[in-house]
Amino acid sequence: MYPLKILVSSPGTSLDNKTGSWRSEQKPKFLQKDCIACNMCFIVCPEGCISGEGKNTYIADYDYCKGCGLCVEVCPKNDIVMVEEGEQI
Amino acid sequence: MAVEADKTKHLLQAGHTACAGCGQALAARIVINTAGPKTIIANSTGCLEVFTTRAPQTAWGVPWVHSLFENSAAVASGIEAAMRYFGKIDEVNIIAQGGDGGTGDIGMGALSGMLERGHKILYVCYDNEAYMNTGIQRSGLTPFDSNTTTSPVGSQSTGNQRPKKPVFEIAVAHGISYAATASAAFPKDIEKKVKKALSMPGAKYLQIHVPCPLGWRSAPNLTVEIAKLAVETGLYPIVEFENGKLVSVRKIKPKPVEEYLKTQGRFKHLLKNEEELEKIREIARQNIEKYGLSV
Amino acid sequence: MKKFVEGSHAIAELVAKCRPQVISAYPITPQTHIVEGLAKLVADGKLNAEFINVESEHSAASVVLGGSAAGARTYTATSSQGLLLMAEVIFNIAGMRLPVVLTCANRSVSAPINIWNDHQDSMTVRDSGWIHFYAENIQEAIDLHVIAYKVAEDKRVSLPVLIGIDGYVLTHAFEVVDMPDQDVIDKYLPAFSPVAHLDVDNPLSLGLLGGPDVYIETRYAIEKTMIDALPIIEEASKEYSGLLGRNAGGLVEAYRTEDADTVAIAIGSIVGTIKDVVDDLRAEGKKVGVVKLVTYRPFPKDALIKALGSAKNVLVIEKAVSLGADSPVYADVRSALYGKGNANVEGYVIGLGGRDIPASEIKNIFLNAGKGAENEYVGLNIELLEG
Repeated sequence: MYPLKILVSSPGTSLDNKTGSWRSEQKPKFLQKDCIACNMCFIVCPEGCISGEGKNTYIADYDYCKGCGLCVEVCPKNDIVMVEEGEQI
Repeated sequence: MAVEADKTKHLLQAGHTACAGCGQALAARIVINTAGPKTIIANSTGCLEVFTTRAPQTAWGVPWVHSLFENSAAVASGIEAAMRYFGKIDEVNIIAQGGDGGTGDIGMGALSGMLERGHKILYVCYDNEAYMNTGIQRSGLTPFDSNTTTSPVGSQSTGNQRPKKPVFEIAVAHGISYAATASAAFPKDIEKKVKKALSMPGAKYLQIHVPCPLGWRSAPNLTVEIAKLAVETGLYPIVEFENGKLVSVRKIKPKPVEEYLKTQGRFKHLLKNEEELEKIREIARQNIEKYGLSV
Repeated sequence: MKKFVEGSHAIAELVAKCRPQVISAYPITPQTHIVEGLAKLVADGKLNAEFINVESEHSAASVVLGGSAAGARTYTATSSQGLLLMAEVIFNIAGMRLPVVLTCANRSVSAPINIWNDHQDSMTVRDSGWIHFYAENIQEAIDLHVIAYKVAEDKRVSLPVLIGIDGYVLTHAFEVVDMPDQDVIDKYLPAFSPVAHLDVDNPLSLGLLGGPDVYIETRYAIEKTMIDALPIIEEASKEYSGLLGRNAGGLVEAYRTEDADTVAIAIGSIVGTIKDVVDDLRAEGKKVGVVKLVTYRPFPKDALIKALGSAKNVLVIEKAVSLGADSPVYADVRSALYGKGNANVEGYVIGLGGRDIPASEIKNIFLNAGKGAENEYVGLNIELLEG
């Protein structure tokens, strides 16, 4: 008896855990107007939930974004801002 | 215009349970994304292991194994031996990784053995300067005067009274082909160093300074900024060694240590303590002199 | 092919024939000759394996854990303090269901430091989920290693195996053994095909954090596997015996127990001495016998009960203790026999720290049976305890 499903796990399974539910106060808003596609937000996000290809296309996946704000701090163009969690994006 | 997040590009995926703003998650993802899919990881017990692999989930997109706290270097040695036996050693990267405690305290023996035997393995130490997973206890790499739960600040103490264990220098002393320090402050530098390390023969060691917002009592959004200040004050030298010779340093215009210390709760007891601040300045001065960090 | 050979070298030679791919060990008396033997075979190009010299036993076990997780057939050997040092890795290997094979050159444990034979070392890991085999003589020692790989790597099992070989008594003794040819081993042992392993073409995570929601099931799975392994061990032993043309392995060996009213139970080389005593007593008309536990974990309850027949006195003679409670084999036997028949089960502790065990002492145990001995220490030198 070798219970594979609890001894071994496969890629992609962490995606079942929607850590976006951790946010309570703030989230990043990607203004998508002055972005130069430096890719730094993509690189620093500890969740790896930011994606983009080309200027003004970057966006976070809010299912996973924990609202840490690192993307806001790293953006050289201040094109990402923290807004209230409730705000519609 | 929004682009759907491509969940398949990262080899350390979202859904992991690291704290918001975790420097280790940031660095670990860069390391494995750079190393690529043909990489096998042996991971020590610690935050990284715990927040990425709670059964039945995993955040890893590469073959990954966790055994115990102190033995990832030895487990990786066994994996390397198997790959060598199967004739695959040139086709795969093998990375052993762990925290500062798992690497330089309890893992010191296994690390030294792996380096001495020269296995084709890159050891990555994520240095957040304490045993964070177990609740912020002091490790051998905890900096001087740091407030941790087992080196607490009190009426009789200003925190950890021992200097940071020179695990990096110990690795260099093993005569390995490549050893470097890096920081969450400079993600592209981490990429560059991982690429460089993986191209070098035998055993390699990379120690990455990674802020821990919880353990350092710092703001999650300032992880990169704080890591930068550690480097810019001379408290965390960013250097590279090849075969025991210093080949590069990141030059700095040294900033006052207070600028770094004031960003974190673990050092706030020092800000009005001139005597202790002078000791920290001395540490920075010695680093700067030792490695010629000043521009 | 018959050879007159030192126990350690016989083990090294036959382990090499099992084609291990990653070997790692740390020196400790009296395991050393086994590992040195393997190192020499590699150096001479007679064994194609990666041989990793490590900085501690904890790392030796960790190296074979990594090698096995990566899909290689692995081997390690240790004794005493080395086994205790690697104990957490031992539990880890079983929990991760890796079919590592380990020779334990049974040696006493510190303190006091003692390099001579008893079973205290391997007994400390009897709860770990490893299968335990113990050898009476060098022939059995080498046979059990081959069967160990067969059983460990069987996909219905996928558990590690420890083979206990009495330190010095067997490791450093010389015997004539029948050394099977390479093609016999190759016929018997298929290539290792893991249930799950580290593979860049099929990336999996092994060694997960198992929370309260999943942990107990992992233990149940090992327990069930242990029970399932009993017939698998018999099957593997029978198949090997067929290839060799003589008996090898098995769960227990019953020696002259058919009509015995007093039967001893023991593990390892002491059984050889006990068999001689049984023969002497039988010649005097006493109805005695001995059951050897070849497999100790999983505990072969049914096989043991069958071998004991209708014996009225069961005498467990062992080289281990569980200080403050019943010694391990005594406890296991007593509990297995509880409620089954009316046998009087007695327990004797003998030979700790390599104390010599003369046949006369064994004979006395048989002759004095029936006095209700419980963890009775045999052959104590009372003078040493006084003052």
